[in-house]
Amino acid sequence: MLNVKEMLEEINASPYEEIQIKTPHTGVVEFVGLKPDDRVVGPTGKWHEIPGTLLANLTREKNKKPICATLKGSVMDLRSELEGQFVEAGERLLTIRHFLSKEEVIGRILKKALNLFIAPERAKYYFAPEIDAKIKAGGEQSVKLRDGMEMFIVSRMKRETPLAYSGPDGIIYAVYFQQGDNVDGGQPLIGVCPESQLSLIQDVVNRVQGEWEERD
Amino acid sequence: MDIDKRTQELASRLAYITDIFGPRENASVALLRHRLGEFLEQAPKLGMREISRQVARLEELFALLEGKLENELTPMDRVRIVRHPQRICLKDILENVYDNYTEIGGQDEWSIDPGIIIARATIARTMGKKTVHQSVMVIGQEKGHGQEFRNGGSIKPWGNANALYYMRVADTENIPIHTYVFTPGAYPVEDYPGAAQQIAKNLYVMAGLRVPIVSIFSEGGSGGAEAIALADRRLMLSHGYYSVISPEGAAAIEGGLKAKASPELIAQCAERLCITAEDNLRLGFIDRIVPEPPLGARPEHYEFFRLLRREVIRATDEIVHSVETLGPLRGMAIRRQGADADPQDIFVRWSLGQKAKRKLLQLRHDKFRAMSRSACRDNRSMSVRAYNVLESVLWVAHSALRHDFVDRYKRNLSGLLEGLEAEVRALRHGLGGTMSSLLGRTGVGGVRRMEMPPDALERLTRLSCPDEGTCRIEDVWVYVSPKSREDRTQTCPNSASHGCLDLWARDLYGEFAGVCSHCGHHFPMEFQWYLYNVFDYGQAYEFNRELESDNPLHYEGFDLKLDEAKSKTGLGCSCITFETFIEGVRTVVAVLVSPFRGGTVGAAEGEKIIRAAERAMLKRMPFIMYSHGTAGIRIQEGTCGVIQMPRVTMAVRQYIEAGGLYLVLYDTNSYAGPVASFLGCSPYQFAVRSSNIGFAGPGVIRETTGLDIPPQYHRASSALSRGHIQGIWDRRDIRKNLYQALLTMGGKNLYYR
Repeated sequence: MLNVKEMLEEINASPYEEIQIKTPHTGVVEFVGLKPDDRVVGPTGKWHEIPGTLLANLTREKNKKPICATLKGSVMDLRSELEGQFVEAGERLLTIRHFLSKEEVIGRILKKALNLFIAPERAKYYFAPEIDAKIKAGGEQSVKLRDGMEMFIVSRMKRETPLAYSGPDGIIYAVYFQQGDNVDGGQPLIGVCPESQLSLIQDVVNRVQGEWEERD
Repeated sequence: MDIDKRTQELASRLAYITDIFGPRENASVALLRHRLGEFLEQAPKLGMREISRQVARLEELFALLEGKLENELTPMDRVRIVRHPQRICLKDILENVYDNYTEIGGQDEWSIDPGIIIARATIARTMGKKTVHQSVMVIGQEKGHGQEFRNGGSIKPWGNANALYYMRVADTENIPIHTYVFTPGAYPVEDYPGAAQQIAKNLYVMAGLRVPIVSIFSEGGSGGAEAIALADRRLMLSHGYYSVISPEGAAAIEGGLKAKASPELIAQCAERLCITAEDNLRLGFIDRIVPEPPLGARPEHYEFFRLLRREVIRATDEIVHSVETLGPLRGMAIRRQGADADPQDIFVRWSLGQKAKRKLLQLRHDKFRAMSRSACRDNRSMSVRAYNVLESVLWVAHSALRHDFVDRYKRNLSGLLEGLEAEVRALRHGLGGTMSSLLGRTGVGGVRRMEMPPDALERLTRLSCPDEGTCRIEDVWVYVSPKSREDRTQTCPNSASHGCLDLWARDLYGEFAGVCSHCGHHFPMEFQWYLYNVFDYGQAYEFNRELESDNPLHYEGFDLKLDEAKSKTGLGCSCITFETFIEGVRTVVAVLVSPFRGGTVGAAEGEKIIRAAERAMLKRMPFIMYSHGTAGIRIQEGTCGVIQMPRVTMAVRQYIEAGGLYLVLYDTNSYAGPVASFLGCSPYQFAVRSSNIGFAGPGVIRETTGLDIPPQYHRASSALSRGHIQGIWDRRDIRKNLYQALLTMGGKNLYYR
C-alpha cells in the first residue's frame, strides 16, 4: 500500500538531489573562482549543445580539460584545498545541490507508485483496437489491465505483431508515447497502478502541483 | 482632389529621400523638408490658385534637388535604394516591359517559393503590318512592395530548383531567358536540394543552356544572384548593386564582430567592395548600365520601363546577332543603332539553329573566361609565358595525334580483333565437342578459363613481405604532422558520448593519422599531410605556381594581410595545382589550402583551377579537386571573387563534357561560394570523415533565417543523408579510394581507359 504521507515527508525533508562532481581521471585541478552557494546551470540550448557552467579545469599531460556542471543548482562543499593539486580519478571536487522541480517530484512519486510497462524494441506502438476504442470512449483510466492481455500492436518495417501486457493488474494511469511515433527500446509505454490506489495517487499529484515551491 | 494627391506624392517622395539618405544630415533634404512643412502649414489659409502655384513650385524644387542628391549618392545609399519597398520589382517589370505574361507555378504566397517568379511572357514586334509575338521565359526574384511572404527575394533551394526546371523548359522550347536579379542572397538552409548544391547545379546547367540568356541586375547578392545570372548579356540598373557579400556581412567579418557592426564601418565596406553599376562595368562583369531616374526607379516611372524594354530587346537581339547570320542590312543596322533608337524597328527572330547554339555556348564560355584575368598577379617572365604557350600548342598537337588519331584507330582495331575472337569462341562453344576439340588442338581459344598468369598466382599465394619483418605499410606516413612532436595528450570531442580515452599526440598525429582510435573522429590535419601522403607531392610536377593573389580592388589594409598569408604559408594563393601519379594513374590535382586566408577563392585561385581543368582536358587526365578547407569567396576581391563561381563552373563543365573525371574531396570545413559552384557541381563528391560542408555557417543561418541549427547540421554524414555528397572516406584510405574511383568513375576520354 502506498504511503502518501511518508513519501511526501521524505521528499520535503530533502527536496533536492545532490550531484557529486568527481574527477574523470588523474590530473592537476584548477578551479575557476566559484564560491560556495554560487548558482550554476547544466547544458542548455535546444539540443543541450551549450555546455553547463565551467566548474574547474583538469590538466593531465598538458591536456587541459573543462569540467562543467551537468545540472542546475548551487555549489556546495567546494574542495578548494585541491586547487593546483594532482588528484586521482574519482576525487570529489564539489557537490551541486539541485532543487527538485515540480515535474521531478511528481516523476519520483509516480516512479514509486506506478508499474511501468517498457517498450521491448524500437518500433511504432499502437493500442490494440479494443483497448483503443475503450480509451477513446472513456479515457485511459477506463482500461483495466491483467497479465497476458493483448495490449499493443508493434509495427516495425510494415510488420505488425501483437504485444501482450505483463505485470500486475491495474488500470492505465499515464500513457508516455504518441501512437504512430517511433519509441526506443527501454522507454516506458504506459504507467499502471492498482485501481484502488488511483485516487490516492491523484491526490498526491494534486497536492504537489498546488503546494510545491519551486526554488530555481 | 488633384492638389491633395500631388501633395501626398510630394510627402511620399520626401519620405523616400529620407529613407535613402538615412540618418545622414543633408542640406537639400533639410530644405525639402522645411519647404514642404511650411507649405502644409500655410495651405489651409491659401486660396486654390495659390496652392496650385505653390505645389507646382514645390514639384520643380523636388525635381531639381533630387537631381542634385543623385550626385551625392554613396554606395550604401544605393544599397538602401534597392532594398526600399518602393523600388521597382519583377511584377512591375512584367506588367510594364512585356506585352503579355502568365505566371507559372505560383500565385502570391501560393507558390513553392514566393520569392521567385517564373513567367512566360511575350514581346510584340512589328514587321510591316504583321505583329510577331516573341516568347521569353522570365525568371527572377520578387521582393514585392513590402510583401513579407516574399522573404525579401531570398530564395530557398527548392525555388532555385524550380527556376532551373523552367530554364530547361526554355531550352527545350528554344526561347530566350530573361532573368531579373533582385536578391540579397540565397536562403542558406541545407534541406534538400540544399542552398549550395542547388546553386552549383543551376550554374552548371546554365553554362550549357542553348538559348540566349539576358540578366538584369538590381540587387545582386552573391551566390543567390549567381543562381540565375550566368548570362550572355549582363545588364545592370544604374542604382543597383552586385556584390560578393552584403556590406553588413562584410563589416561583421572585417570588424571580427559577433554583434552588429557600426553604420560607418558598413558604409566603408560598401565603398571598398566596389559594388555599384559603374564599378562592375569598369571591372568588366556587366555589359551595360540601364540608366534609372534620379534616386532610382519606382513603379510610377513609366519612361524607365520603356527604356528597359528597349534594352532587353536590344540585348537579346545582340546575342542572336552574334551567333546567327542575319541579313547584311539588318546586321549593319543593329551595329549602327544608337543607344536611344528603338530596337523594335529591326526584326530579329530569337530561336536559334543548331550551329548557332554551338557558337552561343562557345561565346558564353569565352566571355566568362576573359573576365577577371587581370585581377591576379602573374609573375611569369615573358620567356616562361612564351614557353607555356608553345607547350600548350604542342600538347594540343600531341593530344590530337595520340588520342584523336592513333588511339581511335587503335581502338577500332582492338574492337575488331575483340569481335573476331568472340566470334571464334562462340563458334567453338556453339558447335559442340567435335569443333571444340579441333579448335583446342589448333590452339585457337586454347587458354583454360581457370588458368592464371604465373605472376598473379605468385602474388596471391606468397606470404606478404616475408623477409622484411612486419609489413604494416598502411601506417607508415611519408609526412608526419609536427603536432605529433608535442608531448601531450589530446581529448576526442566525442569522448563524452562515446567514452573515447585520451590519445597521445605522438600516436594520434603520427601513426593514427589524426583519427581517434576509439570512435574514428578525424582531427584536422595539415594540408601537407595530404600533399605528401595522398598525392605524392614530392614526385609531383607543380604548374602555375607563379600565379599569385592580388588586391584588385585596392581594398584598404588587404595588401598587408595578403603578404602575411604569403609569408606564413610560403604560397602565392590558396590553391596549389600539380600533376601527380595515384597508383600509376597520372592525374591533375588542385588543392584549396585552408591556412591561406581560410582557403578563400579569389581571381588567382579561380584562374589556377580553370587552367588545371584545361590542362586535364588537354592531356586527358582525371581532375581531382581537394578542398582542405574553404571559407568561401574572398570578400576583399568583391565581384572579382564572386565571378569565379560561374567562370570555374564553366571550365569544369567543359572538362566533364569532354569526357573527363572531375572528382571533389572535401575536408575540414568547406562553405559558401566554392561549394555553391565548382565544387558542388561535381557528380562525384566525397568527404573526409568529420568534415563539414554547407552554404553558410550556423551563425549566419541563425542571423538570416532565425532558425536554430543542430550541432551536427553541416557534418559530412548529414550531407550524405541529404544526398549532397556521394560518400565519406576514412583519411587513411583516401589514396586507395581515389584509385578505386579512378578505375570505376569518369567519362570516356581518360587516357588510361
